[in-house]
Amino acid sequence: MPQAQAQGLPAATTGDITPEPVREGIDLIVNGERFKHTGDPLMPLLWYLRDVLRLTGTKVGDAQGKDGYDLVLVNGKAVPAITWPMAKLVDARVTTVEGLARADGGLHPLQQAFIDEDAIGCGYCTAGWLIAGIDLLTRKPKASDEDIDKLPNRCRCGCQTRVRRAIKRAAGAQA
Amino acid sequence: MSGRVQLSRRRFLQVLAGTAGALVVGIGHADAEVPIPPAMLGDDFGQLGAYVRIDREGNVLIGARDPDTGTGTATSLPRIIAEELDADWTRVTVMPLGLGVEAKDGKPVWIYGHQRSGTGDSIPAAWADLRQAGALARWLITQAAARRLGFAADRLRCESGVVVTPDGRRFPYGSLVEAASKIDPPAAPLPLKPPQRYTLIGHPAGDVDARHIVTGRTRYAIDTHYADALVAVLAQCPWPDGSLASIETAPALAIKGVVKVMPINPEADVPPGQTAIAPAVAVLAENTWAALRGLAELKLEWKPGAHSADEDSAKLEARAIALLDTDSAPTTRVRDEGDLAAAGRKAARRVEATYVQPWLAHATPEPMNCLVRLDKDQASLVVPTQAPQQAWAVVQRLTGLAADRIAIEVPRVGGGYGRRLDHDYVAEAVMLAKAVDKPVRLMWTREQGLAHDYYRSGTVHKIKAIIGRKRQVIAWDQRLASASALSGRGTAADRLWTSEISAEQLPAGLVPNYRSDWYSLASAMPRGPFRGEPHVTNAFAVESFIDEIAHTLREDPLVTRLRLLGEARQIPLGGRRMLDVGRLLNVLKLVTDRVEWKNWLHNVNGMGVACWHIDGAYVAHAIEAAVHGEKLEIVRVVCAVDVGRVINPLGLQGQVAGATLDALSNALNPAITYKNGQVRQQSLQDYPLASMAQLPNDVEVITVPNDRAPTGASFLAMPTAAPALANAVFRASAVRVRRLPLMKELLRLL
Ligand code: FES
Repeated sequence: MPQAQAQGLPAATTGDITPEPVREGIDLIVNGERFKHTGDPLMPLLWYLRDVLRLTGTKVGDAQGKDGYDLVLVNGKAVPAITWPMAKLVDARVTTVEGLARADGGLHPLQQAFIDEDAIGCGYCTAGWLIAGIDLLTRKPKASDEDIDKLPNRCRCGCQTRVRRAIKRAAGAQA
Repeated sequence: MSGRVQLSRRRFLQVLAGTAGALVVGIGHADAEVPIPPAMLGDDFGQLGAYVRIDREGNVLIGARDPDTGTGTATSLPRIIAEELDADWTRVTVMPLGLGVEAKDGKPVWIYGHQRSGTGDSIPAAWADLRQAGALARWLITQAAARRLGFAADRLRCESGVVVTPDGRRFPYGSLVEAASKIDPPAAPLPLKPPQRYTLIGHPAGDVDARHIVTGRTRYAIDTHYADALVAVLAQCPWPDGSLASIETAPALAIKGVVKVMPINPEADVPPGQTAIAPAVAVLAENTWAALRGLAELKLEWKPGAHSADEDSAKLEARAIALLDTDSAPTTRVRDEGDLAAAGRKAARRVEATYVQPWLAHATPEPMNCLVRLDKDQASLVVPTQAPQQAWAVVQRLTGLAADRIAIEVPRVGGGYGRRLDHDYVAEAVMLAKAVDKPVRLMWTREQGLAHDYYRSGTVHKIKAIIGRKRQVIAWDQRLASASALSGRGTAADRLWTSEISAEQLPAGLVPNYRSDWYSLASAMPRGPFRGEPHVTNAFAVESFIDEIAHTLREDPLVTRLRLLGEARQIPLGGRRMLDVGRLLNVLKLVTDRVEWKNWLHNVNGMGVACWHIDGAYVAHAIEAAVHGEKLEIVRVVCAVDVGRVINPLGLQGQVAGATLDALSNALNPAITYKNGQVRQQSLQDYPLASMAQLPNDVEVITVPNDRAPTGASFLAMPTAAPALANAVFRASAVRVRRLPLMKELLRLL
C-alpha cells in the first residue's frame, strides 16, 4: 500500500490478529490506479500527487494556479491541482502528465506533436500545456487559433509559437 | 591500462577501461589527483562522470557538463562529442554531469573545465575542448580495428558507430571497445574532422530529454527528495536589510507535521547571491502541505532596515531623469571618440529622446529550491543552478568541508535567465540543514521569486544625435543611468558599468564623434545578472532612436540604418573586437527582403526593424504590428541570426524563437515597482508574462550558414525584438513608445 507507507503509517505486523479497522478516507483514481487518501482532506491535490504519490510531473506553479504549470485532468477537465482540495475528489478520476501515454508506452498524439515540433524550452511548463491542450482537443477536436489563444498557460522560455504548432498538428492527426 | 593526451599545459584526456569491457574517455586536469574516480567506471550510469563511455553492446553514454536550463546544452554539447566520435546518435544517451571537483592542496580543481549555462559561452568552450574527447575515442577504436584486422588505420573509416574496412566489412564499435581501452593514446591532440564530413553538427536534432519531458519523467531539482528530508518553506522579510520584530511560533508548531520553526539571516559582509537574500523564518515540516499550513499560521512582524526602507522606484526614476538632464560628470565615460563640440558646429539638425525602462524580475518557472544532505564529512546537494562551481563555493564556505567532499547534482533546470548564477537559496538550505540533523528540501513559492529577486535595474537613456547636411549622423551622445548589477559583488568601482552597457554596442565605430556615458544610481534593491543584458535595455533605446532620426529626416528607417552602417567592412572596436558591417547588413537584408520591406511604407499595419551585434554574432528582427482600437496585434515576426557555425539548427531555431517571445513578453506588460522598499508585485497576476493571445502566431527564423567558430545564441535574439515592435507600433499608430512596459504606455498615449 504505497500511500500508507508514504504517510508513515506502520505496516501491519505478522501475528496481529486484530482486524484492520475500516479506514476512513477519500477514494480516487489516479492514472488508472486506485488510491485512498487518509490524510488532511484539505490538502491540495498538487501536494498529494507530488509528496504522497511522488508523481512529480505536475509542477509547482503560482498560488492561484493561474499560470498553468499544475494543470491535471479531473474527470477529463483541466483544473489547477493547487486549487483542488482532496475533499473535492471523492471518487474522482485524475489524469496527470504521467498518465497520458498508453500502457504500452505509445504517446498521446499531442505528446508526439510536442516532440515533433520541438515545443520544449526548459520543459517546466510542458506538462501544463499538454493537459490544457488535451482538454481543448477533447472539447474541440478542430481547435482554431482563437481557441488556442484562450489557453491560460504561461511560458517564460517562449515556446508559445511551437506549442501552437504542436496543438494544430495533433488536431490534424485526430481529424 | 590507461593513458592520457595532453590538451593544454594543465588539461588532458584520460582513457580507462571501464568494467565489462567498456571504453571510457574523460577529461582531466593536471592538478587533480584522480581525474576519473574509479567508481565512475562502473556500470552504474548514474555514477558516471566521464565524458564518453561506450559499452560492448555499442551503447554510448555521453556526459553534458553545462547545466541545461532550456538552452539546449544537453543536446548540443554531446553532439559535438558524438560528431568527432562518428557515433550512431540513436544509440547515444546523455547524462547531465554533476559538478566535477577534486581537491588539491585544499583548493578545488574543476576537472570538467567549463560548467556554466546561459552566459553564452557553453558552445565556444565546448568547441575548444570537447571535440578532442570524441576524436580520441574514435582513434582508439580505429586502432583496435587496425590491429585486429591487419589494415593500416588510415585505410579504415568510421560511420555511425561502425568501423568500415576498404573491402566493405563493418565492425560495430561495441566489438572493439575492450581492445581499444588497452591501447596507449597518442602523445598529442588528434586532428579533427573536416567540416565537410559532419553528419551531426549542422543537422537538426530534437531535445534529448523530450520524451521524458512530455511523459513527466524528467526530474527537476524541485522533484527530487530524500525520504527522511524535511520540507522547508520561508516567510521572508520585505526588506533585505530588515529584521524580525516579533514572532509567535506556537500556532505553527501546533500543526501536525511541523517539526521546527527557525529564523535565518543573511551573513554580514557576504556579497549578494552567496548568502540568504533577506532575513526569513523557515517552517520545517514532514511534507509540503504541513509546511505551508505552518507558514500560514506564523504570526510575525518585520521591521525595516536602515537602507532599503526609503527605496521608491518612481523616485529613483525621477532622480535618474533629472541627473541626465544636468551636465554633471558621469560615473564612467564608457567610450569617447572624436569631438562632439566641433561636430555641433556642423549640425543641420539635432534629435534628442529619453527612454525609460522598468525594473524586471526573473520570474523563473521552477521556483528557487535546493535539496541538501549534510553528513559529518560530506555534503550532497541537488541544485537548480546555472553555475555549479559558484554553488560549490557557497556550500564550502558554510560547511568548511574539503573541496571534494561536496557533491552537487544538477538535473535539468526549469529556467535560469541569470537568476541561477546566484545561490542565495543554496545558502539558505545549507543554513537550515546545519540546524536540523536531517536533510532539507527548501522551496520558495513562485510569488516569493517576484518579491525577492536580484532584479534587473530600471534604466533611463538619454540620447542626442547631431545630423549633418548630407543627412549623416555626425555625432552621438548617449547617457545611461542605472543601478549596476555588479554593486557590492567585489567589482572595482570603475568597472561597475560593464553590466550596464557595452562599449562596443551600436553605433560605436560607425559615428565619427561618439560618446557613451554611464551614471550610477544608488539603490538598496538587490540586483543581479539578467538574460540578454546589458544588450536588451540598450538596444531598445538605440534602435528606437534610430527610427526617431529617420522620422526627423522624414525618410524610410531602413534608409537611415543603411546610411549609418555604410559599406561592408571590418571596424576595430578596441581589444580584439571587430564589427563586421557586412554580416550586420546581411541579417538586416535577410529580414527586410523576407517581409518585402518597401511594400510596408504606406500600409495600415506597421512594420518595424532593428539590428544588433553581440560578441561577433549578429541579429535583426522585422516585426509587423497592427493597432486596433486599444488592442495591439503582433501580426508577423521574422528574425535573422548569424552565429557562426550552427551546431544544431533545430535547437538554434528554438532558441531564437524563444528569446524573441521572451523579449516581447518582457517588453509588453511586466514591471517591478516598489515603495518604502517593498515590492508591489506580490502575485503573478501583478507581473503578467504574455498570454498566448498577445504573442505572434509564428516566429520565422532565418539562419546564416557559415564556417566561423560557433558562438552562443541563447539570448542573441532578445535585444532587437522590443525595439522592432516599438518601431512597428509607431508606423501603425503614430505613437512613439519611449517607456516600457509597452502596453501601458501605448494605452496612455493612444
Ligand atoms: S519551456 Fe520553460 S517555461 Fe515554458
